[in-house]
Amino acid sequence: MTRLEQIKSRIEAALPGARLEIIRNDSPSAQHSLLVDNEHALAVARFLRGDPQLRFDYCSNATGIDWPDAVLKEKVKVKKVVDGAEKEVEETVEKKRQGFLEAVYHLYSMELKQGPLVIRMRTGNRADQAHLPSLTPIWRGVEFQEREIYDLYGIAFDGHPDLRRILMWDGFQDYPMRKDYVEPDDYEYEPTPHDEVLEKTQKHYAQETKS
Amino acid sequence: MSEGVIDHDLAAGVSPVSPVPQPDGSGQPTYTLTHKTSPAGGTEGDLLEVAMGPQHPSTHGVFRMDVALDGERVVKLKPVFGYLHRNHEKIAEGTTYLGSMPYTDRLDYFCSLTNNWAYALAVEKLAGLQPPERAEYIRVITAELTRLQNHTCLIGFLLQDMGASGTPLMYAFREREKILDLFESLTGSRMMCNYMRFGGCRCDLPPGWLEQAKQVVGNYPRFLDEFDRFLSENEILLARTQGVGVLSRGLAVDAGITGPMQRASGVNYDIRKVDKYGIYDRFQFRVPLGEHGDTYDRYMIRLLEMRESLNILQTALRDIPTGPIMDAKAKIRGFRPKPGEAYGRIEAPKGELGFYLISDGGPNPYRYRVRPPSLINLTVLEDMCLGHIVADVVVILGSVDIVLGEADR
Repeated sequence: MTRLEQIKSRIEAALPGARLEIIRNDSPSAQHSLLVDNEHALAVARFLRGDPQLRFDYCSNATGIDWPDAVLKEKVKVKKVVDGAEKEVEETVEKKRQGFLEAVYHLYSMELKQGPLVIRMRTGNRADQAHLPSLTPIWRGVEFQEREIYDLYGIAFDGHPDLRRILMWDGFQDYPMRKDYVEPDDYEYEPTPHDEVLEKTQKHYAQETKS
Repeated sequence: MSEGVIDHDLAAGVSPVSPVPQPDGSGQPTYTLTHKTSPAGGTEGDLLEVAMGPQHPSTHGVFRMDVALDGERVVKLKPVFGYLHRNHEKIAEGTTYLGSMPYTDRLDYFCSLTNNWAYALAVEKLAGLQPPERAEYIRVITAELTRLQNHTCLIGFLLQDMGASGTPLMYAFREREKILDLFESLTGSRMMCNYMRFGGCRCDLPPGWLEQAKQVVGNYPRFLDEFDRFLSENEILLARTQGVGVLSRGLAVDAGITGPMQRASGVNYDIRKVDKYGIYDRFQFRVPLGEHGDTYDRYMIRLLEMRESLNILQTALRDIPTGPIMDAKAKIRGFRPKPGEAYGRIEAPKGELGFYLISDGGPNPYRYRVRPPSLINLTVLEDMCLGHIVADVVVILGSVDIVLGEADR
């Protein structure tokens, strides 16, 4: 944690205006991460790679996470008058969280043999604002991985040299790794690139159900 | 491990590996994706576009390369993935942590035991488990045996790709079978081992297994010498591999290439040395480094790595202690790690295999991500193939060492 705070203050000193936030990770792995704002993400990444004390020259893993709209329950202690006497009572407060998509990068330094440094970026929402700056210009190793995030989560990476679907086929519409993705009952009915074949089968099935 | 960011002590003799980008952005590696011009200097006729694969035997699975050719020279190459995609990660989100363990065998079906270990390591980080000493030794032994058989097969396949029909591959498979026999008597399965558990291993070594393993390991150098003698100075192999598919040191780091392929380019980065996961700090072994980064170096690195693996195996088989094989704290049923996340990685035979897990406190992982070395090592396939003839593409791809079960997931 102290190491991450040092890195954070180092970035803040070099790039004034960058909004950084440490996301705590309470599991035994204690891999805390750094939330980077989207406007400065590219500059922060360039700094992390180039700074002589950090030299994170190797981006090992890049991946997406889907956080749909949710109601978070939090326990808050509230002072209340119960039976004439003031008491502290625990109450659950419900908070609405707007859904968002997240991209996570695990950075290591091959030169200084240190890491991992986990950085995250978040989109505004899960629909029209699902854009993030691409870090492929900094670490070329994430080229295919960002394509995969785009393919499976639908985050568009601005500045990516070749943003196409990688695992699903080109005509596919949805983003299968999202939590609200519904698998079609029958894959035959899914719109595939074979449009003519699809039309034919649909006609065939329609006739069959009539008779 | 109390700190999120690990400070590894500097390995002796490690030199800076990549070009130094300056904070102002200069010195940044430039990178363009499309290469339109022919290296021969302009194209006279039309470019011929060939789809190599998906059913081509040299692609080691169902994988396609869309190649544009100027005569026989490659001017453009685009890898196309997804033929084996079954959304492994989504399936894993729908099952328990342990439920995904057998499925990790199917990622890289040559090296199921290292896949098991990478996944177990990530979950152990997430849940704070520590395998007992005997289990750690068994893990090292099985992982190094896996590395042996993977590299052996790779060399066989590489020679097959070069046109040495059958014989080297059959020699390789003969030796691999001896190791698979060991796996079978230990785990019950030759390839889909499903052996490791969170906090240890599934079952103890059967009686006589260690002696059998010692015999296999003891006989292995003879086979390696034989391979070395027949192949390493073979005229055809030299002609087909030296100077073919050169990967520079800077590009290897920039593109996140890992494993033997990266070390063939001269980058000193072995996760066994860097992270010292498991008990790798107890073994003496060297990390062989290549000089030219060509296909021959990638072939040679594997041969040398096998010899180092044999050293590790001999020490491990000698020193293995008796004792329990499961962490007493580990829960098999009702396993629910606390909310949080963890990234665990190991040096798999093909490169860095990582698992990234997020727990929300439930029995299933909220997010389960595999970092596949096979996919990411193919980032530079185009850069390595440009200017070479089609027949070399097959050899270069063979030297990358991919398995599509892992690349497509």
